[in-house]
Amino acid sequence: MIQKSVRYIDKFADYLTSGFTGFIAESGAVLLFMGSSIRSSFRRPNRYLEVIRHMEFVGNQSVFIIMLTGTFTGLALAYQIYLGFKMVNATNLVGPIVALGISRELGPVLTGLIVAARAGGAMAARLGTMKVNEQIDALDVMGVNTKQYLIAPRIYASIICMPLLCAIFDFVAIGGAWFLSVKVVDLDEAVFWDKVTHTVEIRHINEGLFKAAVFGLVFATICCYRGFNTSGGAKGVGEATNRGVVHSMVMIIVLDYFLTSLLRMVEAAMGFQV
Amino acid sequence: MSEEIASTSNEIKTPTDFMSNYKGEIAIRLTDLKKTFDGKDFVITGMNLAIPKGSLTAIIGFSGTGKSVILKHILGLYKPTSGKVEVLGQDVSLLSFDQLTDFRKRFGVLFQSAALFDDMTVLENVCFPLIEHRRDLSEEQVIKIAGEKLNQVGLEAKHFEKLPNQISGGMQKRTGLARALALDPEILFYDEPTTGLDPILTEMVDDLILETHHLRAGQTSVMVSHDLDAAFRIADYVAMLHAGQVLLFGTPEDFFKTNIELVQTFVAKGLKRSQPT
Repeated sequence: MIQKSVRYIDKFADYLTSGFTGFIAESGAVLLFMGSSIRSSFRRPNRYLEVIRHMEFVGNQSVFIIMLTGTFTGLALAYQIYLGFKMVNATNLVGPIVALGISRELGPVLTGLIVAARAGGAMAARLGTMKVNEQIDALDVMGVNTKQYLIAPRIYASIICMPLLCAIFDFVAIGGAWFLSVKVVDLDEAVFWDKVTHTVEIRHINEGLFKAAVFGLVFATICCYRGFNTSGGAKGVGEATNRGVVHSMVMIIVLDYFLTSLLRMVEAAMGFQV
Repeated sequence: MSEEIASTSNEIKTPTDFMSNYKGEIAIRLTDLKKTFDGKDFVITGMNLAIPKGSLTAIIGFSGTGKSVILKHILGLYKPTSGKVEVLGQDVSLLSFDQLTDFRKRFGVLFQSAALFDDMTVLENVCFPLIEHRRDLSEEQVIKIAGEKLNQVGLEAKHFEKLPNQISGGMQKRTGLARALALDPEILFYDEPTTGLDPILTEMVDDLILETHHLRAGQTSVMVSHDLDAAFRIADYVAMLHAGQVLLFGTPEDFFKTNIELVQTFVAKGLKRSQPT
Protein backbone atom coordinates (compact mmCIF):
# COMPACT_ATOMS: atom_id res chain seq x y z
CA MET A 1 0.00 0.00 0.00
CA ILE A 2 2.78 2.41 1.00
CA GLN A 3 4.84 1.32 -2.00
CA LYS A 4 1.88 1.98 -4.28
CA SER A 5 1.44 5.46 -2.80
CA VAL A 6 5.15 6.22 -3.24
CA ARG A 7 4.90 5.08 -6.85
CA TYR A 8 1.94 7.39 -7.45
CA ILE A 9 3.77 10.32 -5.83
CA ASP A 10 6.84 9.56 -7.97
CA LYS A 11 4.70 9.43 -11.08
CA PHE A 12 3.01 12.71 -10.17
CA ALA A 13 6.38 14.36 -9.44
CA ASP A 14 7.69 13.13 -12.81
CA TYR A 15 4.60 14.47 -14.51
CA LEU A 16 5.08 17.88 -12.87
CA THR A 17 8.81 17.97 -13.65
CA SER A 18 8.39 16.95 -17.28
CA GLY A 19 5.49 19.40 -17.64
CA PHE A 20 7.57 22.24 -16.23
CA THR A 21 10.69 21.46 -18.28
CA GLY A 22 8.51 20.98 -21.34
CA PHE A 23 6.92 24.38 -20.75
CA ILE A 24 10.34 26.05 -20.39
CA ALA A 25 11.69 24.35 -23.53
CA GLU A 26 8.55 25.23 -25.50
CA SER A 27 8.64 28.86 -24.33
CA GLY A 28 12.27 29.09 -25.39
CA ALA A 29 11.45 27.63 -28.80
CA VAL A 30 8.59 30.11 -29.28
CA LEU A 31 10.83 33.05 -28.30
CA LEU A 32 13.57 31.91 -30.70
CA PHE A 33 10.97 31.49 -33.42
CA MET A 34 9.70 35.02 -32.80
CA GLY A 35 13.25 36.43 -32.76
CA SER A 36 14.30 34.75 -36.01
CA SER A 37 11.05 35.73 -37.73
CA ILE A 38 11.36 39.39 -36.76
CA ARG A 39 15.08 39.42 -37.61
CA SER A 40 14.29 38.00 -41.06
CA SER A 41 11.99 40.96 -41.75
CA PHE A 42 14.97 43.35 -41.77
CA ARG A 43 16.39 41.59 -44.83
CA ARG A 44 15.51 42.21 -48.44
CA PRO A 45 13.07 41.89 -50.11
CA ASN A 46 10.63 43.88 -48.01
CA ARG A 47 7.18 42.38 -47.42
CA TYR A 48 5.06 45.52 -46.92
CA LEU A 49 2.36 44.24 -49.25
CA GLU A 50 2.12 41.00 -47.30
CA VAL A 51 1.76 42.97 -44.06
CA ILE A 52 -1.08 45.00 -45.59
CA ARG A 53 -2.74 41.83 -46.90
CA HIS A 54 -2.66 40.28 -43.43
CA MET A 55 -3.82 43.54 -41.82
CA GLU A 56 -6.93 43.31 -43.97
CA PHE A 57 -7.53 39.82 -42.60
CA VAL A 58 -6.64 40.45 -38.95
CA GLY A 59 -8.03 44.00 -38.79
CA ASN A 60 -10.79 44.68 -41.32
CA GLN A 61 -12.38 41.29 -41.06
CA SER A 62 -12.48 41.48 -37.25
CA VAL A 63 -14.19 44.87 -37.02
CA PHE A 64 -17.76 43.60 -37.06
CA ILE A 65 -17.27 40.94 -34.39
CA ILE A 66 -15.32 43.41 -32.23
CA MET A 67 -18.12 46.00 -32.51
CA LEU A 68 -20.75 43.42 -31.70
CA THR A 69 -18.98 42.01 -28.64
CA GLY A 70 -17.84 45.47 -27.54
CA THR A 71 -21.38 46.87 -27.56
CA PHE A 72 -22.82 44.03 -25.52
CA THR A 73 -19.86 43.99 -23.11
CA GLY A 74 -20.47 47.70 -22.44
CA LEU A 75 -24.20 47.13 -21.97
CA ALA A 76 -23.76 44.16 -19.61
CA LEU A 77 -20.95 45.69 -17.58
CA ALA A 78 -22.79 49.00 -17.18
CA TYR A 79 -25.94 47.18 -16.07
CA GLN A 80 -24.11 45.10 -13.46
CA ILE A 81 -22.27 48.12 -12.09
CA TYR A 82 -25.47 50.15 -12.06
CA LEU A 83 -27.23 47.45 -10.02
CA GLY A 84 -24.35 47.31 -7.54
CA PHE A 85 -23.83 51.05 -7.22
CA LYS A 86 -27.54 51.68 -6.88
CA MET A 87 -27.39 49.92 -3.49
CA VAL A 88 -24.85 52.45 -2.22
CA ASN A 89 -26.40 55.38 -4.09
CA ALA A 90 -23.36 55.93 -6.32
CA THR A 91 -24.91 55.50 -9.77
CA ASN A 92 -23.13 58.62 -11.05
CA LEU A 93 -19.92 56.54 -10.99
CA VAL A 94 -21.22 53.95 -13.46
CA GLY A 95 -19.76 55.79 -16.47
CA PRO A 96 -16.20 56.28 -15.20
CA ILE A 97 -15.93 52.79 -13.71
CA VAL A 98 -17.08 51.18 -16.94
CA ALA A 99 -14.83 53.46 -19.02
CA LEU A 100 -11.78 52.73 -16.85
CA GLY A 101 -12.43 49.00 -16.74
CA ILE A 102 -12.98 48.83 -20.48
CA SER A 103 -10.04 50.98 -21.56
CA ARG A 104 -7.47 49.44 -19.20
CA GLU A 105 -8.50 45.79 -18.90
CA LEU A 106 -11.54 44.46 -20.67
CA GLY A 107 -10.88 46.22 -23.96
CA PRO A 108 -7.42 44.77 -24.64
CA VAL A 109 -8.12 41.39 -23.02
CA LEU A 110 -11.41 40.71 -24.78
CA THR A 111 -10.09 42.06 -28.07
CA GLY A 112 -7.06 39.78 -27.65
CA LEU A 113 -9.20 36.73 -26.89
CA ILE A 114 -11.63 37.36 -29.75
CA VAL A 115 -8.96 38.10 -32.37
CA ALA A 116 -6.78 35.21 -31.15
CA ALA A 117 -9.73 32.86 -31.63
CA ARG A 118 -10.68 34.27 -35.02
CA ALA A 119 -7.45 35.35 -36.72
CA GLY A 120 -4.95 33.34 -34.63
CA GLY A 121 -6.86 30.12 -35.19
CA ALA A 122 -7.01 30.84 -38.91
CA MET A 123 -3.25 31.55 -38.97
CA ALA A 124 -2.42 28.24 -37.27
CA ALA A 125 -4.80 26.32 -39.54
CA ARG A 126 -3.52 28.02 -42.72
CA LEU A 127 0.15 27.48 -41.91
CA GLY A 128 -0.53 23.94 -40.69
CA THR A 129 -2.28 23.10 -43.95
CA MET A 130 0.58 24.64 -45.93
CA LYS A 131 3.02 22.54 -43.90
CA VAL A 132 1.28 19.19 -44.39
CA ASN A 133 0.66 19.92 -48.08
CA GLU A 134 4.42 20.59 -48.58
CA GLN A 135 3.75 24.22 -49.56
CA ILE A 136 6.21 25.45 -46.94
CA ASP A 137 8.84 22.99 -48.23
CA ALA A 138 8.09 24.26 -51.75
CA LEU A 139 8.77 27.83 -50.61
CA ASP A 140 11.98 26.71 -48.90
CA VAL A 141 13.35 24.98 -51.97
CA MET A 142 12.30 27.94 -54.13
CA GLY A 143 14.78 30.01 -52.16
CA VAL A 144 12.12 31.96 -50.26
CA ASN A 145 12.79 32.74 -46.60
CA THR A 146 9.60 31.26 -45.16
CA LYS A 147 9.78 33.07 -41.84
CA GLN A 148 10.19 36.37 -43.63
CA TYR A 149 7.39 35.64 -46.10
CA LEU A 150 4.86 33.80 -43.92
CA ILE A 151 5.49 34.65 -40.27
CA ALA A 152 6.87 38.17 -39.90
CA PRO A 153 4.03 39.84 -41.90
CA ARG A 154 1.42 38.08 -39.74
CA ILE A 155 3.16 39.18 -36.54
CA TYR A 156 3.46 42.80 -37.72
CA ALA A 157 -0.14 42.86 -38.97
CA SER A 158 -1.35 41.65 -35.56
CA ILE A 159 0.78 44.17 -33.64
CA ILE A 160 -0.54 47.02 -35.79
CA CYS A 161 -4.19 45.95 -35.92
CA MET A 162 -4.72 44.98 -32.30
CA PRO A 163 -4.52 48.53 -30.85
CA LEU A 164 -6.85 49.75 -33.61
CA LEU A 165 -9.36 47.00 -32.86
CA CYS A 166 -8.99 47.67 -29.15
CA ALA A 167 -9.77 51.37 -29.73
CA ILE A 168 -12.91 50.37 -31.62
CA PHE A 169 -13.86 47.98 -28.82
CA ASP A 170 -13.36 50.74 -26.21
CA PHE A 171 -15.41 53.20 -28.24
CA VAL A 172 -18.41 50.95 -28.84
CA ALA A 173 -18.30 49.47 -25.32
CA ILE A 174 -18.43 52.95 -23.76
CA GLY A 175 -21.18 53.76 -26.26
CA GLY A 176 -23.04 50.69 -25.01
CA ALA A 177 -22.54 51.79 -21.41
CA TRP A 178 -23.86 55.26 -22.31
CA PHE A 179 -26.95 53.74 -23.97
CA LEU A 180 -27.68 51.56 -20.94
CA SER A 181 -27.06 54.34 -18.42
CA VAL A 182 -28.80 57.19 -20.20
CA LYS A 183 -31.47 55.59 -22.36
CA VAL A 184 -32.38 52.48 -20.34
CA VAL A 185 -31.91 53.25 -16.63
CA ASP A 186 -32.33 57.00 -17.05
CA LEU A 187 -29.15 58.39 -15.51
CA ASP A 188 -28.18 61.97 -16.23
CA GLU A 189 -26.28 62.23 -19.52
CA ALA A 190 -24.28 65.32 -18.52
CA VAL A 191 -23.15 63.70 -15.26
CA PHE A 192 -22.24 60.50 -17.15
CA TRP A 193 -19.94 62.30 -19.61
CA ASP A 194 -18.57 64.74 -17.04
CA LYS A 195 -17.47 61.90 -14.75
CA VAL A 196 -16.05 59.88 -17.67
CA THR A 197 -13.99 62.77 -19.08
CA HIS A 198 -12.71 63.74 -15.63
CA THR A 199 -11.69 60.21 -14.62
CA VAL A 200 -10.36 58.62 -17.79
CA GLU A 201 -7.04 60.02 -18.95
CA ILE A 202 -5.18 59.47 -22.19
CA ARG A 203 -2.64 57.31 -20.34
CA HIS A 204 -5.40 54.87 -19.35
CA ILE A 205 -6.38 54.45 -22.97
CA ASN A 206 -2.74 54.17 -24.04
CA GLU A 207 -2.20 51.47 -21.43
CA GLY A 208 -4.96 49.39 -23.02
CA LEU A 209 -3.68 50.01 -26.53
CA PHE A 210 -0.16 49.01 -25.48
CA LYS A 211 -1.46 45.80 -23.94
CA ALA A 212 -3.43 45.07 -27.10
CA ALA A 213 -0.26 45.40 -29.21
CA VAL A 214 1.58 42.99 -26.88
CA PHE A 215 -1.34 40.53 -27.06
CA GLY A 216 -1.18 40.80 -30.85
CA LEU A 217 2.49 39.85 -30.77
CA VAL A 218 1.76 36.97 -28.38
CA PHE A 219 -1.14 35.31 -30.19
CA ALA A 220 0.37 35.77 -33.66
CA THR A 221 3.68 34.25 -32.54
CA ILE A 222 2.12 31.30 -30.72
CA CYS A 223 -0.39 30.49 -33.46
CA CYS A 224 2.20 30.86 -36.24
CA TYR A 225 4.64 28.68 -34.28
CA ARG A 226 2.01 25.97 -33.87
CA GLY A 227 1.01 26.10 -37.51
CA PHE A 228 4.58 26.26 -38.81
CA ASN A 229 5.56 23.17 -36.80
CA THR A 230 2.52 21.07 -37.66
CA SER A 231 3.00 17.41 -38.45
CA GLY A 232 0.69 14.49 -39.05
CA GLY A 233 -1.86 15.49 -41.69
CA ALA A 234 -5.38 16.76 -41.04
CA LYS A 235 -5.31 15.60 -37.40
CA GLY A 236 -2.09 17.55 -36.89
CA VAL A 237 -3.64 20.69 -38.36
CA GLY A 238 -6.59 20.38 -35.98
CA GLU A 239 -4.29 19.90 -33.00
CA ALA A 240 -2.06 22.80 -34.03
CA THR A 241 -5.07 25.10 -34.34
CA ASN A 242 -6.53 23.98 -31.05
CA ARG A 243 -3.25 24.29 -29.14
CA GLY A 244 -2.42 27.61 -30.80
CA VAL A 245 -5.71 29.21 -29.80
CA VAL A 246 -5.80 27.73 -26.28
CA HIS A 247 -2.19 28.65 -25.48
CA SER A 248 -2.69 32.15 -26.89
CA MET A 249 -5.77 32.73 -24.74
CA VAL A 250 -4.10 31.45 -21.59
CA MET A 251 -1.01 33.55 -22.26
CA ILE A 252 -3.11 36.69 -22.87
CA ILE A 253 -4.87 36.31 -19.52
CA VAL A 254 -1.70 35.44 -17.60
CA LEU A 255 0.33 38.17 -19.28
CA ASP A 256 -2.38 40.74 -18.60
CA TYR A 257 -1.76 40.50 -14.87
CA PHE A 258 2.01 40.92 -15.24
CA LEU A 259 1.62 43.77 -17.72
CA THR A 260 -0.82 45.52 -15.38
CA SER A 261 1.62 45.17 -12.47
CA LEU A 262 4.51 46.38 -14.59
CA LEU A 263 2.61 49.39 -15.90
CA ARG A 264 1.46 50.28 -12.34
CA MET A 265 5.10 50.28 -11.24
CA VAL A 266 6.12 52.43 -14.20
CA GLU A 267 3.27 54.89 -13.57
CA ALA A 268 4.10 55.04 -9.86
CA ALA A 269 7.73 55.76 -10.70
CA MET A 270 6.57 58.54 -13.02
CA GLY A 271 4.50 60.04 -10.21
CA PHE A 272 1.04 59.21 -11.55
CA GLN A 273 -1.74 58.29 -9.18
CA VAL A 274 -3.62 55.09 -9.87
CA MET B 1 25.05 10.39 -72.26
CA SER B 2 24.31 7.00 -73.86
CA GLU B 3 27.98 6.58 -74.88
CA GLU B 4 29.06 7.22 -71.31
CA ILE B 5 26.54 4.68 -70.11
CA ALA B 6 27.78 2.12 -72.62
CA SER B 7 31.35 2.66 -71.60
CA THR B 8 30.67 2.28 -67.90
CA SER B 9 27.75 -0.09 -67.56
CA ASN B 10 29.79 -3.28 -67.61
CA GLU B 11 31.89 -2.25 -64.62
CA ILE B 12 29.17 -0.71 -62.45
CA LYS B 13 28.33 -2.68 -59.32
CA THR B 14 28.38 -0.18 -56.49
CA PRO B 15 28.35 3.64 -56.41
CA THR B 16 32.06 3.55 -55.51
CA ASP B 17 32.76 1.54 -58.69
CA PHE B 18 30.72 4.02 -60.64
CA MET B 19 32.53 7.05 -59.18
CA SER B 20 35.95 5.60 -59.99
CA ASN B 21 34.96 4.64 -63.55
CA TYR B 22 32.79 7.58 -64.60
CA LYS B 23 34.68 10.18 -66.63
CA GLY B 24 31.97 12.87 -66.95
CA GLU B 25 30.98 15.64 -64.55
CA ILE B 26 29.14 14.82 -61.33
CA ALA B 27 26.15 17.00 -60.33
CA ILE B 28 25.44 15.50 -56.91
CA ARG B 29 27.88 13.58 -54.75
CA LEU B 30 27.11 12.04 -51.35
CA THR B 31 30.21 10.88 -49.49
CA ASP B 32 29.91 8.61 -46.45
CA LEU B 33 26.61 10.26 -45.52
CA LYS B 34 25.13 9.27 -42.17
CA LYS B 35 21.91 10.52 -40.62
CA THR B 36 20.20 9.86 -37.31
CA PHE B 37 17.24 11.78 -35.95
CA ASP B 38 17.32 10.45 -32.39
CA GLY B 39 21.07 9.94 -31.93
CA LYS B 40 20.67 6.15 -31.86
CA ASP B 41 19.11 4.66 -34.99
CA PHE B 42 20.74 5.63 -38.28
CA VAL B 43 18.38 6.12 -41.21
CA ILE B 44 21.32 6.63 -43.58
CA THR B 45 24.34 4.51 -42.72
CA GLY B 46 27.33 5.83 -44.63
CA MET B 47 25.91 6.34 -48.10
CA ASN B 48 28.03 7.03 -51.19
CA LEU B 49 26.29 8.17 -54.34
CA ALA B 50 27.29 10.15 -57.43
CA ILE B 51 24.70 11.45 -59.87
CA PRO B 52 26.13 12.42 -63.27
CA LYS B 53 25.49 15.86 -64.67
CA GLY B 54 22.91 15.93 -67.45
CA SER B 55 21.46 12.53 -66.54
CA LEU B 56 17.99 11.47 -65.45
CA THR B 57 18.58 9.38 -62.34
CA ALA B 58 15.90 7.49 -60.46
CA ILE B 59 16.27 6.68 -56.77
CA ILE B 60 14.19 3.65 -55.87
CA GLY B 61 13.83 1.36 -52.87
CA PHE B 62 11.45 -0.12 -50.35
CA SER B 63 9.49 2.23 -48.10
CA GLY B 64 11.55 3.57 -45.21
CA THR B 65 14.92 3.07 -46.89
CA GLY B 66 15.73 6.77 -46.81
CA LYS B 67 14.78 7.98 -50.31
CA SER B 68 13.05 11.14 -49.15
CA VAL B 69 15.70 11.71 -46.47
CA ILE B 70 18.36 11.69 -49.20
CA LEU B 71 16.35 14.17 -51.26
CA LYS B 72 15.96 16.47 -48.26
CA HIS B 73 19.70 16.34 -47.65
CA ILE B 74 20.39 17.30 -51.25
CA LEU B 75 17.89 20.16 -51.01
CA GLY B 76 19.53 21.33 -47.80
CA LEU B 77 16.38 20.77 -45.73
CA TYR B 78 18.28 18.31 -43.51
CA LYS B 79 21.85 18.57 -42.22
CA PRO B 80 23.86 15.34 -42.27
CA THR B 81 24.94 13.80 -38.96
CA SER B 82 28.26 13.12 -40.70
CA GLY B 83 29.57 12.97 -44.25
CA LYS B 84 29.34 15.31 -47.20
CA VAL B 85 26.56 16.37 -49.55
CA GLU B 86 27.98 18.13 -52.59
CA VAL B 87 25.62 19.66 -55.10
CA LEU B 88 27.09 21.34 -58.20
CA GLY B 89 30.46 21.26 -56.45
CA GLN B 90 29.18 22.99 -53.31
CA ASP B 91 28.97 21.28 -49.91
CA VAL B 92 25.40 22.25 -48.98
CA SER B 93 25.83 21.32 -45.32
CA LEU B 94 28.43 24.10 -44.96
CA LEU B 95 26.23 26.84 -46.42
CA SER B 96 24.71 29.46 -44.13
CA PHE B 97 20.94 29.97 -44.13
CA ASP B 98 21.20 32.92 -46.54
CA GLN B 99 23.67 31.15 -48.83
CA LEU B 100 21.45 28.10 -48.91
CA THR B 101 18.36 30.18 -49.69
CA ASP B 102 20.28 31.73 -52.58
CA PHE B 103 21.72 28.39 -53.72
CA ARG B 104 18.28 26.79 -53.91
CA LYS B 105 17.37 29.11 -56.78
CA ARG B 106 19.37 26.66 -58.92
CA PHE B 107 16.93 23.82 -58.08
CA GLY B 108 13.43 23.05 -59.20
CA VAL B 109 11.27 20.56 -57.32
CA LEU B 110 8.06 18.83 -58.31
CA PHE B 111 6.49 17.57 -55.08
CA GLN B 112 4.37 14.49 -54.68
CA SER B 113 1.27 16.62 -54.02
CA ALA B 114 2.42 19.31 -56.51
CA ALA B 115 2.37 21.66 -53.45
CA LEU B 116 0.63 24.46 -55.34
CA PHE B 117 -0.31 27.56 -53.35
CA ASP B 118 -4.05 27.15 -53.05
CA ASP B 119 -4.86 30.85 -52.78
CA MET B 120 -3.11 31.59 -56.09
CA THR B 121 -4.29 30.84 -59.60
CA VAL B 122 -2.37 28.48 -61.90
CA LEU B 123 -0.65 31.42 -63.58
CA GLU B 124 0.15 33.15 -60.26
CA ASN B 125 1.73 29.92 -58.97
CA VAL B 126 4.15 29.88 -61.90
CA CYS B 127 4.74 33.65 -61.68
CA PHE B 128 5.64 33.38 -57.98
CA PRO B 129 9.30 32.25 -58.27
CA LEU B 130 9.86 34.79 -61.03
CA ILE B 131 8.42 37.63 -58.94
CA GLU B 132 10.55 36.52 -56.00
CA HIS B 133 13.87 36.13 -57.78
CA ARG B 134 13.69 38.01 -61.08
CA ARG B 135 12.94 41.50 -59.88
CA ASP B 136 14.52 42.87 -63.06
CA LEU B 137 11.54 41.59 -65.08
CA SER B 138 8.44 43.68 -65.72
CA GLU B 139 4.99 42.31 -64.88
CA GLU B 140 4.31 41.64 -68.59
CA GLN B 141 7.58 39.73 -68.96
CA VAL B 142 6.84 37.62 -65.87
CA ILE B 143 3.39 36.71 -67.20
CA LYS B 144 4.85 35.94 -70.65
CA ILE B 145 7.51 33.60 -69.23
CA ALA B 146 5.00 31.89 -66.92
CA GLY B 147 2.63 31.40 -69.88
CA GLU B 148 5.44 29.87 -71.93
CA LYS B 149 6.35 27.45 -69.13
CA LEU B 150 2.72 26.41 -68.78
CA ASN B 151 2.45 25.87 -72.53
CA GLN B 152 5.69 23.89 -72.42
CA VAL B 153 4.13 21.39 -70.00
CA GLY B 154 0.98 21.22 -72.10
CA LEU B 155 -1.43 23.37 -70.11
CA GLU B 156 -3.87 25.44 -72.12
CA ALA B 157 -4.44 29.15 -71.51
CA LYS B 158 -8.08 28.61 -70.53
CA HIS B 159 -6.88 27.01 -67.27
CA PHE B 160 -4.47 29.81 -66.30
CA GLU B 161 -6.94 31.74 -64.15
CA LYS B 162 -8.26 28.69 -62.29
CA LEU B 163 -7.38 27.89 -58.70
CA PRO B 164 -5.55 24.59 -58.01
CA ASN B 165 -8.70 22.97 -56.59
CA GLN B 166 -10.53 23.70 -59.85
CA ILE B 167 -8.17 21.63 -62.01
CA SER B 168 -7.46 17.89 -62.23
CA GLY B 169 -4.58 16.05 -60.54
CA GLY B 170 -2.72 15.79 -63.83
CA MET B 171 -3.05 19.53 -64.46
CA GLN B 172 -1.83 20.20 -60.93
CA LYS B 173 1.28 18.13 -61.66
CA ARG B 174 1.80 20.06 -64.90
CA THR B 175 1.44 23.36 -63.05
CA GLY B 176 3.87 22.17 -60.38
CA LEU B 177 6.35 21.23 -63.08
CA ALA B 178 5.92 24.58 -64.85
CA ARG B 179 6.59 26.32 -61.53
CA ALA B 180 9.68 24.16 -60.95
CA LEU B 181 10.91 25.11 -64.42
CA ALA B 182 10.18 28.83 -64.05
CA LEU B 183 13.71 29.82 -63.07
CA ASP B 184 15.38 27.43 -65.55
CA PRO B 185 16.96 25.33 -62.78
CA GLU B 186 20.16 23.37 -63.23
CA ILE B 187 18.78 20.39 -61.33
CA LEU B 188 15.17 19.27 -61.35
CA PHE B 189 13.93 16.98 -58.58
CA TYR B 190 10.80 14.86 -58.73
CA ASP B 191 9.60 13.60 -55.36
CA GLU B 192 7.34 10.56 -55.92
CA PRO B 193 5.77 12.26 -58.95
CA THR B 194 3.32 9.47 -59.78
CA THR B 195 2.34 8.15 -56.34
CA GLY B 196 -1.44 7.93 -56.03
CA LEU B 197 -2.14 8.60 -59.70
CA ASP B 198 -4.10 6.31 -62.01
CA PRO B 199 -2.14 4.37 -64.71
CA ILE B 200 -3.04 6.79 -67.53
CA LEU B 201 -2.03 9.82 -65.51
CA THR B 202 1.11 8.01 -64.34
CA GLU B 203 2.17 7.43 -67.93
CA MET B 204 1.36 11.04 -68.82
CA VAL B 205 3.54 12.33 -65.94
CA ASP B 206 6.38 9.93 -66.87
CA ASP B 207 6.27 11.12 -70.48
CA LEU B 208 6.20 14.72 -69.29
CA ILE B 209 9.32 14.13 -67.16
CA LEU B 210 11.10 12.50 -70.09
CA GLU B 211 10.06 15.25 -72.54
CA THR B 212 11.11 17.96 -70.11
CA HIS B 213 14.46 16.28 -69.55
CA HIS B 214 15.13 15.93 -73.28
CA LEU B 215 13.94 19.45 -74.06
CA ARG B 216 16.45 20.98 -71.69
CA ALA B 217 19.90 19.87 -72.75
CA GLY B 218 22.41 19.49 -69.95
CA GLN B 219 19.85 19.56 -67.18
CA THR B 220 20.22 17.03 -64.39
CA SER B 221 17.01 15.36 -63.24
CA VAL B 222 16.60 13.27 -60.11
CA MET B 223 13.44 11.27 -59.54
CA VAL B 224 12.59 9.61 -56.22
CA SER B 225 10.01 6.96 -56.97
CA HIS B 226 8.36 3.68 -56.07
CA ASP B 227 7.37 3.23 -59.68
CA LEU B 228 9.90 0.74 -61.07
CA ASP B 229 8.24 0.64 -64.45
CA ALA B 230 8.78 4.39 -64.88
CA ALA B 231 12.26 4.29 -63.39
CA PHE B 232 13.44 1.64 -65.84
CA ARG B 233 11.60 3.20 -68.78
CA ILE B 234 12.80 6.79 -68.49
CA ALA B 235 15.90 6.91 -66.31
CA ASP B 236 19.51 6.86 -67.53
CA TYR B 237 20.68 5.59 -64.14
CA VAL B 238 18.91 3.94 -61.24
CA ALA B 239 20.05 3.84 -57.61
CA MET B 240 18.42 1.32 -55.34
CA LEU B 241 18.57 2.06 -51.63
CA HIS B 242 18.39 -0.48 -48.86
CA ALA B 243 19.03 -0.09 -45.12
CA GLY B 244 20.44 3.42 -45.54
CA GLN B 245 22.93 2.38 -48.24
CA VAL B 246 22.97 2.26 -52.03
CA LEU B 247 22.50 -1.41 -52.81
CA LEU B 248 23.00 -1.05 -56.56
CA PHE B 249 23.70 1.87 -58.85
CA GLY B 250 23.68 1.46 -62.59
CA THR B 251 21.75 1.57 -65.81
CA PRO B 252 18.33 -0.10 -65.99
CA GLU B 253 20.02 -3.02 -67.82
CA ASP B 254 22.31 -3.61 -64.84
CA PHE B 255 19.25 -4.24 -62.67
CA PHE B 256 18.14 -7.11 -64.88
CA LYS B 257 21.64 -8.59 -65.06
CA THR B 258 22.50 -8.38 -61.35
CA ASN B 259 22.73 -11.43 -59.12
CA ILE B 260 21.91 -9.50 -55.92
CA GLU B 261 18.91 -11.41 -54.60
CA LEU B 262 17.19 -8.46 -52.94
CA VAL B 263 17.38 -6.42 -56.14
CA GLN B 264 16.05 -9.35 -58.19
CA THR B 265 13.08 -9.74 -55.79
CA PHE B 266 12.37 -6.00 -55.73
CA VAL B 267 12.53 -5.69 -59.50
CA ALA B 268 10.46 -8.82 -60.13
CA LYS B 269 7.73 -7.78 -57.67
CA GLY B 270 7.77 -4.14 -58.72
CA LEU B 271 7.44 -4.92 -62.40
CA LYS B 272 4.87 -7.66 -61.81
CA ARG B 273 2.63 -5.17 -60.04
CA SER B 274 2.61 -2.94 -63.09
CA GLN B 275 1.70 -5.80 -65.52
CA PRO B 276 -1.98 -6.40 -66.37
CA THR B 277 -3.39 -9.50 -64.65
